[in-house]
Amino acid sequence: MKKLIPLIGLLASTGVLAAGPAPATPFPYFVANCFNCHGTEGRVNSAIPSIAGRDREYLEAALTAFKAGTKQATIMHQLAKGYTDEEIAVLADYFSRQK
Amino acid sequence: MTRFNPDRRRLLQALGGSATLLGAAVLPGSALAAPGKNKKLGRVVVVGAGFGGATAAKYLRKWSNGAIEVVLIERNKEFISCPASNEVLAGNRDYASIVHGYEGLKKNWGIKVVHASMIAVDVDKRKVKTDHAGEFDYDRLVVSPGVDFLFGAVAGYDEKAQEKILHAWKAGPQTVALRQQLVDLPDGGVYIQTIPKAPYRCPPGPYERVSQIAHYFKTHKPNSKIIVLDGNDQIISKGKLFKGVWDNDYQGLIEYRPNWNITEVNAETRIVTSEIGDRERGDVINLVPPQHAGKIAHDIGLVNANNRWVNIDWVTLESTAVKNVHVLGDATLSAPLMPKSGHMANQHGKAAAAAIVEILAGRQPQPTLLANTCYSMVDDRRAIHVDSVHRYDSEKKTPLVVPGSGGVSAAPSIEEGLFTRAWAKNIWSDILT
Ligand SMILES: Cc1cc2nc3c(=O)[nH]c(=O)nc-3n(C[C@H](O)[C@H](O)[C@H](O)COP(=O)(O)OP(=O)(O)OC[C@H]3O[C@@H](n4cnc5c(N)ncnc54)[C@H](O)[C@@H]3O)c2cc1C
Ligand code: HEC
Repeated sequence: MKKLIPLIGLLASTGVLAAGPAPATPFPYFVANCFNCHGTEGRVNSAIPSIAGRDREYLEAALTAFKAGTKQATIMHQLAKGYTDEEIAVLADYFSRQK
Repeated sequence: MTRFNPDRRRLLQALGGSATLLGAAVLPGSALAAPGKNKKLGRVVVVGAGFGGATAAKYLRKWSNGAIEVVLIERNKEFISCPASNEVLAGNRDYASIVHGYEGLKKNWGIKVVHASMIAVDVDKRKVKTDHAGEFDYDRLVVSPGVDFLFGAVAGYDEKAQEKILHAWKAGPQTVALRQQLVDLPDGGVYIQTIPKAPYRCPPGPYERVSQIAHYFKTHKPNSKIIVLDGNDQIISKGKLFKGVWDNDYQGLIEYRPNWNITEVNAETRIVTSEIGDRERGDVINLVPPQHAGKIAHDIGLVNANNRWVNIDWVTLESTAVKNVHVLGDATLSAPLMPKSGHMANQHGKAAAAAIVEILAGRQPQPTLLANTCYSMVDDRRAIHVDSVHRYDSEKKTPLVVPGSGGVSAAPSIEEGLFTRAWAKNIWSDILT
């Protein structure tokens, strides 16, 4: 926890996205794995549901349940097994912030 | 914009000790700050605006927040999708629905789209030469040329023969022409499908095509017959599912012959011959030839795997033969269990864009995850899928399927038919708008 404090400070002051040699954290490019089906940034109007701007807890619970095989699915139960729990938290957080 | 809140605190804690690719979960969809604050990071020339190249072009612009200039060189005026083209053959979809424009990439993303062919490159001066649109300097070059055909592998399959014996393995005029041959075929006619030995573009593609044409015959020409001459020893993708559909729904319509490797065709008599001298005659023959990386990859010295494919570094997708040149999609020597698919080419495009943004911003690119899905329509409504998630293995230096991830459909379903059509619409839009 203590270690995180300087990181948080940096996030708040400069933003981690600035170009430069040493950003605090890289962009989680793997979120784009979901764009081909759920639309760029998870935004879509189709039989495959939109996941942009959905509640973070809901998304995390849904992905965790897909991974555990406790939520009915045609494909998400197989895809979710490819991601770690930490990555699922990143995915849920990322898509919850898209409009 | 990057305000801190308790949810983020919890998340950052979760991420504290995890892999390097994680972390910036809280941030909007660009990896760099607002464009005004950035100096220009350089220019990338992308050659081939298909599933891989067009995706790379869009995401280079998006993730660099416009700081990378992108020139996209494509010889065709339109994007014509191979995915969903099998449905067009069966009359289950309009041809117009698989044809898309490049306006979105120009208007939404400020990409300079040049309709010309790349013919050469000067790797020292970092300059691409085109046939009629001049030359373009680059900091990084991305090449996603798809496949070309090894016509010489089948005797008699010369240019003239290709007008009658179609491949339709690049969507476009060949798709329209094969549809017409099927419409003109009298009820009771014989359709031959030949399949090359793997690897080739889209492993389930030929079997989807057979299913689509079987559906057309069943509903329009019930006395017709399909002979499948497969160079492989079995159906190489979703085998049980395709076989189940063929046995249950297209009984008596399809004759399947494994290990039938075509080596000769006579376009006049419409007879095909195998390597051991077996012969078959068809009224319509669809010959899917063996393939290799697109011609330009050979011309510029990228091909260094079995004289057919391009070896790449799986973190940056940079060619191992030529520096500063990244290669995507079907042209690459595939990683273990990684198919040559449009879905995967789209993933390659994103991975290369991510790596190039990081490199041009002066940072170290990190391996990312790659996932694949191939849907196949088995009639006018039902579909099946195969999927996998691939994670970079830093010892083996290649992506490997995450154990336990992926799989195939439990059974063909109408629900997945709807998802298949949504997939096509959504991936076209992810690539082009
Ligand atoms: C019948 C069929 C069905 C398929 N179905 C599916 C499916 O359902 N799902 C799926 O994921 N995949 C499917 N695929 C596979 C998919 O089409 C390919 O894997 C995908 O197109 C590969 O992308 P790419 O970028 O490597 O090549 P392409 O998409 O072929 O793009 C290459 C581009 O480069 C251009 N080009 C080449 N050389 C030059 C040059 N010198 N100068 C300028 N331009 C050049 C070409 O004109 C072309 O536009 C199917 C394929 C077929 C044939
Ligand atoms: C191949 C297409 C495909 C890909 C890729 C894909 N999804 Fe899905 N997703 C679906 C489908 C189809 C459903 C409906 C459930 C099912 O049948 O699997 C779904 C459902 C979901 C749901 C449930 C939504 C709801 O309304 O309850 C979430 C959350 C989700 N996906 C997240 C993701 C994330 C995150 C990724 C990227 C890691 C992803 N998906 C990648 C096809 C896909």
